[in-house]
Amino acid sequence: MMDKNARPQKPQVDMKVLKRVLAYIFKQYKFIFAIAMLCTVFSSFAGVYGTLFIEELINDHILPLVDAVKAGEAANFTGLLLALVKLASIYLVGIIANFSCAYLMVIIAQGVLKKIRDDMFSHMQTLPIKYFDTNAFGDIMSLYTNDIDTLEQMVAQSIPQIINTVVTIVSVFFSMLVLSIPLTLFMVLTVGCMVLITKYIGGNSARFFVAQQQAFGKLDGYIEEMINGQKVVKVFNHEEHSKEEFDKLNYNLRDNARKANTFANILMPIMGNLGYLQYVLIACVGGSLAMAGVPNFTLVGIGLLDLGVIAAFLELSRAFTRPITQLSQQINSIAMALAGAKRIFKMMDERSELDEGYVTLVNAKYDENGKICECEEHTGIWAWKHPHIAEGTVTYTRLTGDVRLNEVDFGYVEEKTVLHDVSLYAEPGQKVAFVGATGAGKTTITNLINRFYDIADGKIRYDGININKIKKADLRRSLGIVLQETNLFTGTVKENIRYGKLDATDEEVYAAAKLANADEFIRRLPQGYDTMLSGGGANLSQGQRQLIAIARAAVADPPVMILDEATSSIDTRTEAIVSAGMDSLMHGRTVFVIAHRLSTVQNSDVIMVLERGRIIERGSHDALIAEKGKYYQLYTGAFELE
Amino acid sequence: MIKKLLRSVREYKIYALLTPLLVAGEAAMDVLIPYLMSKILDKGIKGGDMGYAWKMGILLIFVCIAALVFGLLSGVTAAKASTGFSSNLRHDMYYRIQNYSFSNIDKFSPASIVTRLTTDVNNVQNAFQMITRVAVRAPLMLIFAVIMSFTVDRKLPFIFLCIIPILGGGLFLVIKFAHPIFEKVFKLYDKLNNVVAENLHGIRVVKSFVREEHEKKKFGEVSGDIYKNFSKAEKILAFNSPLMQFSMYFCIILISWFGAHFIVESGNNPDLGMSTGLLMSLITYASQILMSLMMLSFIFVMITISRASAERIVEVLDEESDIVSPRLDPVREVADGSIVFENVDFSYAKDPGKLCLSGVNLEIKSGETVGIIGGTGTSKTTLVHLIPRLYDATNGSVSVGGVDVRKYDIKALRDEVAVVLQKNVLFSGTITENLRWGKEDATLEEIKHVCRLACADEFIENFPERYNTYIEQGGANVSGGQKQRLCIARALLKKPKILILDDSTSAVDTATDAKIRKAFREEIPNTTKIIIAQRISSVQDADKIIVLDEGKVNDVGTHEELLARNTIYREVYTSQQKGAME
Repeated sequence: MMDKNARPQKPQVDMKVLKRVLAYIFKQYKFIFAIAMLCTVFSSFAGVYGTLFIEELINDHILPLVDAVKAGEAANFTGLLLALVKLASIYLVGIIANFSCAYLMVIIAQGVLKKIRDDMFSHMQTLPIKYFDTNAFGDIMSLYTNDIDTLEQMVAQSIPQIINTVVTIVSVFFSMLVLSIPLTLFMVLTVGCMVLITKYIGGNSARFFVAQQQAFGKLDGYIEEMINGQKVVKVFNHEEHSKEEFDKLNYNLRDNARKANTFANILMPIMGNLGYLQYVLIACVGGSLAMAGVPNFTLVGIGLLDLGVIAAFLELSRAFTRPITQLSQQINSIAMALAGAKRIFKMMDERSELDEGYVTLVNAKYDENGKICECEEHTGIWAWKHPHIAEGTVTYTRLTGDVRLNEVDFGYVEEKTVLHDVSLYAEPGQKVAFVGATGAGKTTITNLINRFYDIADGKIRYDGININKIKKADLRRSLGIVLQETNLFTGTVKENIRYGKLDATDEEVYAAAKLANADEFIRRLPQGYDTMLSGGGANLSQGQRQLIAIARAAVADPPVMILDEATSSIDTRTEAIVSAGMDSLMHGRTVFVIAHRLSTVQNSDVIMVLERGRIIERGSHDALIAEKGKYYQLYTGAFELE
Repeated sequence: MIKKLLRSVREYKIYALLTPLLVAGEAAMDVLIPYLMSKILDKGIKGGDMGYAWKMGILLIFVCIAALVFGLLSGVTAAKASTGFSSNLRHDMYYRIQNYSFSNIDKFSPASIVTRLTTDVNNVQNAFQMITRVAVRAPLMLIFAVIMSFTVDRKLPFIFLCIIPILGGGLFLVIKFAHPIFEKVFKLYDKLNNVVAENLHGIRVVKSFVREEHEKKKFGEVSGDIYKNFSKAEKILAFNSPLMQFSMYFCIILISWFGAHFIVESGNNPDLGMSTGLLMSLITYASQILMSLMMLSFIFVMITISRASAERIVEVLDEESDIVSPRLDPVREVADGSIVFENVDFSYAKDPGKLCLSGVNLEIKSGETVGIIGGTGTSKTTLVHLIPRLYDATNGSVSVGGVDVRKYDIKALRDEVAVVLQKNVLFSGTITENLRWGKEDATLEEIKHVCRLACADEFIENFPERYNTYIEQGGANVSGGQKQRLCIARALLKKPKILILDDSTSAVDTATDAKIRKAFREEIPNTTKIIIAQRISSVQDADKIIVLDEGKVNDVGTHEELLARNTIYREVYTSQQKGAME
């Protein structure tokens, strides 16, 4: 539980992360980004010019005309017309610049976002299984949803806005200095107060938004757990309790959300009205000074404070306050986006799976001398190509599926060894079964064979080659796997089977399905092999999903298979079909089975009984039964398989 | 639909109503301000009457303070109303869900319920706040500003009337073209998330088939689609701001041109017509009017987005629980653990053509142990779910303790009929907390007792923290067999008259399974025990065994009787004995 009194922190702008986000922009879009920023500058200038034009309009055109008419002269509007044409052209440039900037920023933001997304996913593909075992799926998912969304906001909106804001502030400030230094100083004073207020309110708002997110996360977690166990809630009449706890979390969220929203809501009226107050003050103070005939100091010299100057200054004051009050909000939103970006980069900084292997798997054939050699075409024969750098030679070893573990120790974390001194060998075509309780280390052994996890020392040999020397991709291609949890992908049945061999022909797919005993039920599906599977095959039964997974492994046709039998109870009839499918898949291959069914265990060549990471018994079924040890107990049902 | 949602406003109604009033006050003040400013400028500064300027200035300050107070209060009430409303909405939905029957629960996937309670409620909350504040403010500002500008001058405001349809039409076109693309993008987002989620769940499959490149390609295609469509939509949106600028600039230039003429005509005297101060106030009104239009278009988009969310929320609120206690005199006592099924048919779809159970007649005496055997899809689970009235029989009747289950108070019935569900769940919390679901005030002694019965005491005592061991969400840190035994203990704590085990010992070894059954026989002899199992050994010593096949009772008898006469039973038996007999 978190300390309830801990005040949530206001997010801070992380410069390192910001630099990295900007690097993404500069790398691909240096030129476009420069143009976009230039456009922003033009567009802000046009805005400032428009504001300044009011002074020109009143002082240089309207007032002289009024005086002229009063003096009885005819009014000549040509000057005004010219000035307006000039203004219109500058406005036109501003509008075009504004549009170009918005348009270019779309290109940049979307491009950068796509690049980051693709980089994230590509990098994630290279991460070791350990990463996925130690990070919650929900957390990884939110990188792709929430975090990337806020980042998008930042690149597409906050960055150009903040540049626009800064340019406006600077140019307005200089224009104000040109108009009047004393009034500008007065402005700076009042604006300073306003900035302090914005900082306070904006900071609180950001802080409570963080608190709101936390409260939201807690409620979300609770809802998720309860809704998933809703049937249990019903069966135990637990509804009232569940409501009580929900209300607590719900009210906590409400209170935090109210505070966060209140601060966000009151910022605008406060800033707006302070702006007006400032306006009044400047008008009255400036007016009084003008009346008193006080000289006006400006950047360009000394003059008189007159109506036009004050009128223009008033307009500028509003153009000055607005961006300044927005600035702190923009900085807050950037800080929040960077917090998400930080999580994204953390994932992208995770170390990839290390692969120093150089032995590769190639198509092979026997030449006329009966020696094995590499060839281009698919022959059904595979060989390990083993370059020896020191001698400059290459040797070929035929892939047969001989796997040996020699005194393997292993722990997922250093201080806790889960496998102790495990030795075993599987000759080509042999079937090795692992039997033992949950946590005995069955799955760990298979994780080591296909190098989901690495052992420090090369004590595992495949066809006589240290598996650390084999390229991971080639090693895994030579190993088939059927897992307990059958993960199917959105797509047709055919596509799912083809996952085992992407270039498999339809005939190969059908043959694999037949081998797996899956053909019959697939043909009975509404669209046969073209039936769409969604939600991981939620529309199929557990047994049917398994059959497809078996077919998927069958189409890959690897010499070595790792099978993790499903534990969940399927009925006797389906079980018979599935195990027949498994049996035909195992035929003629080296197989490692994590066994949960007696029938599989029995006809294995070797059975390994594991207990707490050690092999405690090994031998054939008959030998182990005769031994009357743990296996015997297990077999007679006196001890849990799972 | 809206009426249904608004029912959740309740105690926040006063704030929800105050907000628009306060906002209206703020808008009125905001519109007055430029007018007062023009006075200061014209009569005060330009007229050289600083006394007047200060007087107007002070008036203006009061108006500002009023605007500020209105603004602050409306900000506070709007936040209070909208967050209170959303909190009530979640409350109402959650309470409604707690009353759902099993068949109601089956209709929604858990993930969709979670989204409705979280994301959808958030969308509605934002829309609600927008409507009470901005949707009131924007049109009011528009109207007030137009009125004020006409009081300033009779002719110039026609410029606004020209530009409003241009800007409005432009904004409309932008929304019209961009919105459908955004909808498409949202769907693509779902697709992208699906690719990521499947990849995360199946990462072992991806890696062992060396399909990383294939997955990257798949992801790249979707992210490319998003890029294309999102860019297209955003490029259309890029017209928004220049459009707004164009309208504003257009107004300024025309006001300047015609305004200058009028000022010259009036001699810059506000009493005779146009003046420089009024000119400046008109420019402010122009920006107020155009901003309001912009806001309106923004709200329009916001409301269309939240409409779908509102619909999904109402779906949850509208779902009526189809199983409720009888309103008149519900029976609150369950006499004993006898069960009678009389001509029971059942269909999940309530469709007599799609029956899962048909013509079931059964009689179970109080205290009997009954086994149920049958393949998957033979409706074993469905059958036992009718006993605690988790579903209602489509035809016929189910009685417990001699009374039709539909006559009981549901809570009373379910307190006496404990079900250990097949897909069972433990919740995050200690073992004791989990077990107390069965009986809130159970003492540690009682808890230890039921754990002994369920053969869970041994492994619990082996945990370092024993009964205070923290169970992770979903029971992730205990094995399948341990989880099943904890679930049995939890049900036993209820001391029910009927105990139903739905395949609840499948991951428990046969010896322990036998031990649990022995404990049941000896310690709770008066409780009716119904055991669904795949393993014959789990049911063979039952008083009677029911063989289900295709939704019908195929046979009822003891182990010996069934072995002698029932082919299905014998088939299952031999297939399971095959190994052990050799």
